[in-house]
Amino acid sequence: MITMKKGLIKWFSGMTIGALLLTTAGCGGGAAPTANSGSQGGEAAKIGVISYLTGGGAAYGQAIKEGLDLAKEEINAQGKVKVDLIYEDSRGDKTEAINAINKLINKDNVVGIIGPTLSGEMFAAGPIADQAGVPIMGTSTTAEGIPALGNFVFRNALPEFLAVPQAVEKAISTYNLKKVAVMYSNNNDWAVSGYKTIESTLKKNGIEIVATETFADKDTDYSAQLTKIASLKPDAVMVSSLYQEASLVLKKAREIGITVPFVGTNGFNSPELIKIAGPAADGAIVASPWFPGKQDEKVQKFIADYKAKYNNKVPDQFAAQAYDALYIYASALEQAGSTTDRQKLRDSIAAIKGFQGVTGKFAFDEKREPVMSATVLIIKDGQFTELK
Amino acid sequence: MFWQQLVNGLTLGSTYSLVALGYTLIMGVLNIINMAHGEIFMIGAFVGLYLVTYLKVNIFVAMAGAMLASALLGCLMEMLALRPLRRRAVSHLAPLISTIGVSIFLESLALNLFGPQSQAFPTELAAVQFELGPIRITLVQIIILGISFGLMFILRFWLAKTRVGKAIRTTAENIETANLLGINTNRIIFLTVALASGLGGVAGVLVGLSFNAVEPTMGLSMGLKGLAVLILGGMGNITGAMLGGLILGIAEVFTVAYGASSYRDAVAFGMIILILFIRPQGLFGKRQGGRF
Repeated sequence: MITMKKGLIKWFSGMTIGALLLTTAGCGGGAAPTANSGSQGGEAAKIGVISYLTGGGAAYGQAIKEGLDLAKEEINAQGKVKVDLIYEDSRGDKTEAINAINKLINKDNVVGIIGPTLSGEMFAAGPIADQAGVPIMGTSTTAEGIPALGNFVFRNALPEFLAVPQAVEKAISTYNLKKVAVMYSNNNDWAVSGYKTIESTLKKNGIEIVATETFADKDTDYSAQLTKIASLKPDAVMVSSLYQEASLVLKKAREIGITVPFVGTNGFNSPELIKIAGPAADGAIVASPWFPGKQDEKVQKFIADYKAKYNNKVPDQFAAQAYDALYIYASALEQAGSTTDRQKLRDSIAAIKGFQGVTGKFAFDEKREPVMSATVLIIKDGQFTELK
Repeated sequence: MFWQQLVNGLTLGSTYSLVALGYTLIMGVLNIINMAHGEIFMIGAFVGLYLVTYLKVNIFVAMAGAMLASALLGCLMEMLALRPLRRRAVSHLAPLISTIGVSIFLESLALNLFGPQSQAFPTELAAVQFELGPIRITLVQIIILGISFGLMFILRFWLAKTRVGKAIRTTAENIETANLLGINTNRIIFLTVALASGLGGVAGVLVGLSFNAVEPTMGLSMGLKGLAVLILGGMGNITGAMLGGLILGIAEVFTVAYGASSYRDAVAFGMIILILFIRPQGLFGKRQGGRF
């Protein structure tokens, strides 16, 4: 017994010392000098990318990486500025995102950061970048309040509070909705924020909410919630969740005979939804800044290049927004005239106006929120088409 | 709606029961909690999925294949991670930790082999459904209910009536005594672990079939539910595992149906705590010994 106690004490003190060492190391890192050496013309700008590359939402991270890689190739070939991307995998986890951002800022000494993928991760990592004075731009973070995290925090993702009402209102007018059911993932910051937007839009339009059901990320059984919803016979169901959960919800719903339209938040906006849910995805509605069917030279060229590079895959919204994000960085770097000055880069990103990307005309307002427009899409026969 | 929700609860519950049976068998014989059971369950699901998608076998062959593969995996775990520890008579916690190691290893392996994406069984099976009055039941649900109840009854009967079953029960009672009685306990332990893992593999295929999502991290949440059922039903008690699983499944579904879905797990696990207050040994557990 005594030896065991001793062992435990040793173990605990070892842990404590280890933890102390870790924290002090972290502090030391925080005080490291910012990258401010004189800019050398030919040197590539180091941009860190934090993305959801493995785990349940890896399709998002993968699309983002593909969009960025394509943009990087093109930018470097054009030669006005050179960029270098350093990838870190956050696995959709806040703690991992914090570790990644500390590494990028203090060890890799990046000039700016793209990512993380999830809004929840951005809420954790954004303030760290802001404090260190490193510009950070989310390409897929659509929850309310992201740029409010600090002066160095940007996004080029159309926020949920602008996109979702468009989809909801369009569905209300097209299908003459009277009563709807709402479902959302209650352990995901972004999904909860999307749910609140859905709820307030419905209230504003005087639509009755017959049921509000929740689930958790990574849940697989939705039969109880959907059986309950089916018995209430709503005119439509609105879902706020990532594509994985959304597609399982759609599948189960169609299986138990719910045939009404489903309106979704940004999670619906992925070809993965169609891939997993199959025919069950038909009738799903989402507002998207990215619409591959758009008759625009820039959009069609991007799709052709992307298909050529990635095995005939059609780019999704996440690839498109990431692609635009790197171009925004490139044009800001060009303006700043330095590949290492973080403050100058931040100022020239904030000053971006009239940028033409594949997701349309783009600018930042004074709150660093994107100014852009969305198209409401519906899935028909396994394809995203414009809802008219 | 009541009857439909009852069917939903029974389907969910019977998968919990199958997972919990695996825990209970190993708990009963080896007196350890096999933390890798959830991951063996996940590998079983993948083996079944790949057999169905690539070799186009029917679902029952796939289940048999998954059972075999998981049983083999269980044997490997017993040989590499459990037996060496048992020989050295180390602390009680060592096998627990080593099975946690196995579980992490298997999850990482699956991430690399199968990728992080969730995959689904072909949909033809899910499309078949029957309407019985107010209830809509799918073929998959019938298969799940049939197979899990069938397996549970076969297992009960086999343990109670056959020679090998008796040997397993004796080993569970006391390994040394069983050795003295001339039972090859090493072989019995091997058999138990293989059986428990095989059941886990079948459960994996069934869960993959009904929920359409097979992915490398699916073992964790299912494993936790199985553990809860193990404790609810009484450690190492087969009836307990069967009924405990059904109770947990029905409690979860009814919380959603007649309460609020946000409280799903809170109510289900609150109920477990309450039951344990009244019966600390679990619903069917005995205070002293006497397993299965």
